[in-house]
Amino acid sequence: MSSSMAAGLSPVRHTLSNGSTVVVQESSATPAVSINATFLAGSFCDPDGLPGVAYLTARVVDRGTTHKSADAVAEELDKRGVALRVGTTRHRMIFSSTCLAEDFDDVLELIVEVARRPAFPEAELVKRRAESITALRQNEDNPSVRASEALSELLYGPLHPYGRPARGTVATLERIDRDALLKFHADEIRPAVLTVVVVGDVRAGKTIERVCELLDDWKGAPERPIVVPPPAAPAVRRVRQILMPGKSQTDIAYGFTTIRRLDPRYHAYGLLNNILGQFGLGGRLADNIRERQGMAYYAFSEFNANMGESPLVVRAGVDPKNVERTIEAIDDEVRDLGLQGPTDVEMDESRSYLIGSIPRLLETNESIAAFLQDCEHFDLGLDYDRRLPELLKAVTIDEVRAAAADVLNPQRAALVIAGPEARVGADAA
Amino acid sequence: MDSMHLPATTSVESRTLRDYLANGLQVVVREVHTAPLVSVWCWYRVGSGDEAPGLTGVSHWVEHMNFKGTINIPREQMKGIVERFGGMWNGYTWIDQTTYLETAGRAALDQMLFIEAERMAYGLYEPPECESERTVIISELQGGDNDPDQLLDTEVTATAFRAHPYGHPTIGWLEDLRSMTRDDLYDYYRRFYIPNNATLVVVGDVDATDVMKRVEKHFASIPEGPAPERMCAIEPEQLGERRVVIEREGTTGYVKVVFRAPAATEPDFFPLLVLDAVLTGAKGVNLWSSFRGLPPQRRARLYTALVERGLASVVSGAILPTVQPYLYTLSFTAIDGVSLAAVETAAFDEIERVRSAGVEPSEVERARHQLRARLVFDNDSVTNIAHQLGYFETVAGPRFLSSIQRQIDAVTAEQIWDVARRRLTSANRTVGWFRPAGRS
Repeated sequence: MSSSMAAGLSPVRHTLSNGSTVVVQESSATPAVSINATFLAGSFCDPDGLPGVAYLTARVVDRGTTHKSADAVAEELDKRGVALRVGTTRHRMIFSSTCLAEDFDDVLELIVEVARRPAFPEAELVKRRAESITALRQNEDNPSVRASEALSELLYGPLHPYGRPARGTVATLERIDRDALLKFHADEIRPAVLTVVVVGDVRAGKTIERVCELLDDWKGAPERPIVVPPPAAPAVRRVRQILMPGKSQTDIAYGFTTIRRLDPRYHAYGLLNNILGQFGLGGRLADNIRERQGMAYYAFSEFNANMGESPLVVRAGVDPKNVERTIEAIDDEVRDLGLQGPTDVEMDESRSYLIGSIPRLLETNESIAAFLQDCEHFDLGLDYDRRLPELLKAVTIDEVRAAAADVLNPQRAALVIAGPEARVGADAA
Repeated sequence: MDSMHLPATTSVESRTLRDYLANGLQVVVREVHTAPLVSVWCWYRVGSGDEAPGLTGVSHWVEHMNFKGTINIPREQMKGIVERFGGMWNGYTWIDQTTYLETAGRAALDQMLFIEAERMAYGLYEPPECESERTVIISELQGGDNDPDQLLDTEVTATAFRAHPYGHPTIGWLEDLRSMTRDDLYDYYRRFYIPNNATLVVVGDVDATDVMKRVEKHFASIPEGPAPERMCAIEPEQLGERRVVIEREGTTGYVKVVFRAPAATEPDFFPLLVLDAVLTGAKGVNLWSSFRGLPPQRRARLYTALVERGLASVVSGAILPTVQPYLYTLSFTAIDGVSLAAVETAAFDEIERVRSAGVEPSEVERARHQLRARLVFDNDSVTNIAHQLGYFETVAGPRFLSSIQRQIDAVTAEQIWDVARRRLTSANRTVGWFRPAGRS
């Protein structure tokens, strides 16, 4: 068993006959184990006209199984000091947990039981629906969430799987009944789209054996191709304003649609994002908006590429009186990087940062598990952590310049401003 | 290296070396060879609990200024020193402490020590930089004010304290942030940022003896200063329940109940920590990482009494280790359509049940196991291990961290009942409501 992963990860992988995959990375750094069981079944799979089904399924799925009551599941988790998190993204439903090594067998069995045989008791649905509606109400009062969700809608349109609300709306959550959850589970939560990653103080062979015992008899439909419709190509700048009286700060979300994760230009876009809004306190954006002009506590960009053409998003939170100046600053930085591309120094710095940060990003069991899930999801290979430095080194300044020229044009940006003051020239929502 | 206060000690099991430089800088080094990384933290015994009226927020603002350039690191060169090694850096200020950290590949150790030495002694505090940072911090404050739960927390904490500076928010009051001067900041910096008021912690893939030599090289020339006097205010006894109600635009109601709580080193601290695990689930004692996700709480008393009964969507509790007595905080988010009075009544009913009948031995055992697990989970990286070493050196002294497990294990159901009866009284609490305008 390895206690150090200085030379890189050494995961062991096995595929079951039903299509599910198990990946184990041994690590004895702490006497703990992280389990991450991910199904390729997120809000992308929501039925048309009923967003929120995946989200609500995740909220209820761990509240009782056909063999165990909700209380019994709760007791099994709590007595071991374990919090089971079930979350959804656009393409995934993730069951994750960290437990002591001594509790691993029991917790693994419980997670599989919860994922395979949920009972979706009506009483639990009622409670979790009320919690989810409360969470939506909280988001309605949160300028950052409002700006972010409105930007997705502006970039993709309200009906696109990346544009519609992943957590549903109050109206759709009220319409989602137990049958909808049962159907979602039957259709989408199946072995062919499951990857179980285990990282920690375990033995790989024994763990794979145990996962096989727990999953082997589970049958389901085979994996289907995932086709994400391309977003409409923007011809003009789109601006939306969300008035939120009483708020002290205005949140700005500004972005573009870009490329898919599997696009060969992915690492060029990653470097571009780092230079624009990540390096240091937040790249060129934070240098301008925070450091030189003192206008914001945060200004950064983010780029999380997915199965479909994914957004590159700029975020800033500013005093309402500085909104115009901040948008000008974002436009300036975006335009400049789009027209001129990065400097050689910026390329070297960001590349060194991204390569050097790999060991830090793979330090904890949880972060390794999430990384290995990405490797599986995008078929990157078990040696991806060792190949990644070379992939980053291979990116040329011309490739980053081309990525910048392709996407960074303020005239094609989508922009949302959520805050207390009206702004002239924006569509109000 | 001279030993000023304590002899240098090395623990073979944990490979931890502790020593003091001649100028009084305390140094703690732990070898952890699980990844090719090193984490450096520099802790100062100063926080918002040291601030006088009119200067609230000065500790946090000084923290911000210490990222703005030094004599030997011009501001524009601060960025990139650690990043070139893939590293991250940050800092935070709270009521008892201000701390700075870098975590990066082990090749960056000298650069990290250099940054911390510069930060300790050679900050520039250029007037235009101070002005620029004033608006950044006001923006940070306004961002917090956008969150009704945080707004309520500020009001409740201020209401719970009358004399002690723990009552004001660490970020400061807006008017103080508008009026403070560059000299206020610089004077404060010079008073507290001296080696004999600091603890340097290095954890990672290093040789401890080699680290000590490098620390000596970077820090030995920094002169010690007069030991700064820390603010010492005694909060008067609370004679009755206090209340605060905020009514303003919003969509969701929040209830917050705080009780005056013991300092980390008081005998009541661990019984209250275990009681909190019984009431809301164990969060552990790592301020840096304990709040990464929800605690195991589905069988916790207040969760079953409020969330499972459809009154609240979120229940949380927090008892944090502090130098002087602070607060035990319970927070509730009301389910849409449920009155704040109903949430409060259900919470108080459950607390009264604990006060009148105590807790079951099985609940204590579950809470202890949860806390044991959290102690393991919260030490899963060199950054987290270094945080815990520095935090407890700063707020509770050198032997506290290693005693935590033993102290948790020693807590009995009787002690929990006793602390509940004495501490969770109506006269010892402050209650806050955030009521969205126009709702009941």
